[in-house]
Amino acid sequence: MKKSVLFGALAGATLAAGAAAAGTLEDVQARGKLNCGVTTGLVGFAAPDANGEWNGFDVAVCRAVAAAVLGDATAVEFVPTTGKTRFTALASGEIDMLARNTTWTFSRDVDLKFTFVGVNYYDGQGFMVPKELGVSSAKELDGATVCIQTGTTTELNLADFFRANNISYEPVPIETNAEAQQQYLAGACDVYTTDASGLAATRATFEAPGDHVLLPEIISKEPLGPLVRHGDDEWGDIVRWTLNALITAEELGVTSANIAELSAGTNNPEINRLLGTEGTLGEMLGLDAEWAKRAIMAGGNYGEIFAGNIGESTPIGLARGLNAQWTDGGLLYSPPFR
Amino acid sequence: MADTSNSIAFVRTETLPQLDPPASEVGVIGWMKHNLFNGVWGTLLTLLSLWAIYYVLSGFLPWLLGGVWGTNSLAECREVLGGAAGGCFSVLSERWNQLLFGFTYPEEYYWRPTVAFVLLFVAIAPVMFSMLPRVMLVFTAIYPFLAFHLIWGGTILSPLLAMAGFIVGYLAYSRLVNQSFAMGFFGGIVAAVLTWYIGGFIVDAIAPENPTLGAVPSRDMGGFMLNMILGVVCVSLSIPLGIALALGRQSDMPIIKWICVVFIEFIRGVPLITLLFVANVVLAYFLPPGTNFDLILRVIIMITMFASAYIAEVIRGGLAALPRGQYEAADSLGLDYAQSMRLIILPQALKISIPGIVNVAVGLFKDTTLVSIISMFDLVGMIRGPILASTEWNGVYWELFGFAAFLFFIVCYGISQYSQWLERQLATDHR
Repeated sequence: MKKSVLFGALAGATLAAGAAAAGTLEDVQARGKLNCGVTTGLVGFAAPDANGEWNGFDVAVCRAVAAAVLGDATAVEFVPTTGKTRFTALASGEIDMLARNTTWTFSRDVDLKFTFVGVNYYDGQGFMVPKELGVSSAKELDGATVCIQTGTTTELNLADFFRANNISYEPVPIETNAEAQQQYLAGACDVYTTDASGLAATRATFEAPGDHVLLPEIISKEPLGPLVRHGDDEWGDIVRWTLNALITAEELGVTSANIAELSAGTNNPEINRLLGTEGTLGEMLGLDAEWAKRAIMAGGNYGEIFAGNIGESTPIGLARGLNAQWTDGGLLYSPPFR
Repeated sequence: MADTSNSIAFVRTETLPQLDPPASEVGVIGWMKHNLFNGVWGTLLTLLSLWAIYYVLSGFLPWLLGGVWGTNSLAECREVLGGAAGGCFSVLSERWNQLLFGFTYPEEYYWRPTVAFVLLFVAIAPVMFSMLPRVMLVFTAIYPFLAFHLIWGGTILSPLLAMAGFIVGYLAYSRLVNQSFAMGFFGGIVAAVLTWYIGGFIVDAIAPENPTLGAVPSRDMGGFMLNMILGVVCVSLSIPLGIALALGRQSDMPIIKWICVVFIEFIRGVPLITLLFVANVVLAYFLPPGTNFDLILRVIIMITMFASAYIAEVIRGGLAALPRGQYEAADSLGLDYAQSMRLIILPQALKISIPGIVNVAVGLFKDTTLVSIISMFDLVGMIRGPILASTEWNGVYWELFGFAAFLFFIVCYGISQYSQWLERQLATDHR
């Protein structure tokens, strides 16, 4: 008797979960807030400032989606997640979307049943060495000691790279980026390897950043992007096209400065469709016509977000590189708004 | 009477006046000779130690005293220092509020947890010092509800209802306990739960829209405040639970005994971090979405279970150390089980267990930092997450973790000193 009650409750809970997952957009609109999963803190990508306001490159995606769906870029409940809790938080419905510099891989997409809606940052594993070592290429690192975070894909990539180039190395296993920073500066290892964006951010905190160089080799693909649960394609479309709207806005030259002027109507039909003065794109998504305009106004277009949080004028100082528009030789290529 | 004409030329008839001991044996010099320069090896060790102390201090003091306060980022700090040794303590002066209260606790409410913290000392004083007037215990009984109201805010009716439930439960217990203990115990629980259940509807209906103290949701708790909340609540809950488990494990009633044994052995066999993951992640799958089962409450339950299993074993050790004669003496006085435990056995067993209990309490308090792994922003979580990830402060380690260590040391050392004082107070043996 008791057992059947318990199973009944569990089944009810599962059904309720299914019902809730079927209409994330309605849930968010009813709640009036977007639950967005972010990191517990990563320089430039997501961190609260002294006033407790979340800022960063990933955070900007959350804000854009909130602006598009709810009309208010501040209507976001940021749910900090660690590398270990992020996927369960998304799968269990605690958060509506995850924007937490998460690498798009086959198993996460297929096996964990998530939908990656796009890529907001193309990262890759790089190397940092002290300048005085006089190394200009990773292929000259034969016999070097390498600081490497254990249990990550970077560890496997490193082994592959050295084996493929038939050179040897000695790993110094470390747990966190903070530890790595200290070990590397103390000279416990010649080389520190992790994602290139992380290396740049780490180097920016050194007392003498100029004494260290990033080697040109990028030995892995780490496409980072926001993701949602399987099973709610309408919601996935909204997040995907919000991200695409930011990218397209940069491509078309729509910035937060000129958007008011452009939304009065232009003779470029794609800008008009994007900003809702022509066509019914917003309606197809289940939103109003100005959804993309609000998303862009939240933090600017992709280029403005990049420059403001991690670009060359910030202490992190990342170059656009692979993250330039396809017209500038990068990989950013949004499907057309039509 | 004495024969003065014998062959001895001189006999002293009074003792010599006492001389001062040689200068090399007394005062500072004597102390140094005995304790510092006692032989070749002693001298060598002293010199080595002096050198070691000098070495550490010569590095540490300039860093501590030459530190920079009041800049806005690590880069500015380094500019001010200009290559000189010195800590960048600006991070503490800029982010002290985040370190103590977390980054989302509303700034205008900081006084509330502070008042709760100060009142904590008033509340625990009569429990810790038996010479204080017993009437202060009334405040101790009110304190949990008061502290909850101060820290979480919201309508005052909720803590009042919680308190009412306990009072009704106690009244039911004292009515029924004359017939049998079990009846009183379960009757009390049923009465309390009924009060909460019915009162819940009433409170929901009449709660004002804008309570005097604005409500702060649990996920906004953070910093050292969170460590203190978890530490204080879990320690104070786990001691009574641990006593109950220890007694249950010694019980003659097989079901109670086996429940206690299985509970203790299971909880002790699982790492705390696993329990925390269960609290945070696994429960989310079983609860229907939208259920708001407070995360802090989940974590408190898990840590309390963990600590009570350990405390139960410590107290079982105290019980086992009592000679059989004490139990028999209690029986021969005609005391029933509850009386003999309360009056004879537990006072002695708990006294023996003090060092062990304090050990668990100190360990538990430090274990509260583990919640940073399930993305709660306690003191360590604040440092590792938001502060080190801000563009201004990325790269400041020693100052932040030194500050955290300092706060934890004060609390843990205080607990340890109190327990030693308590042991001296309770010492009735003849050593």
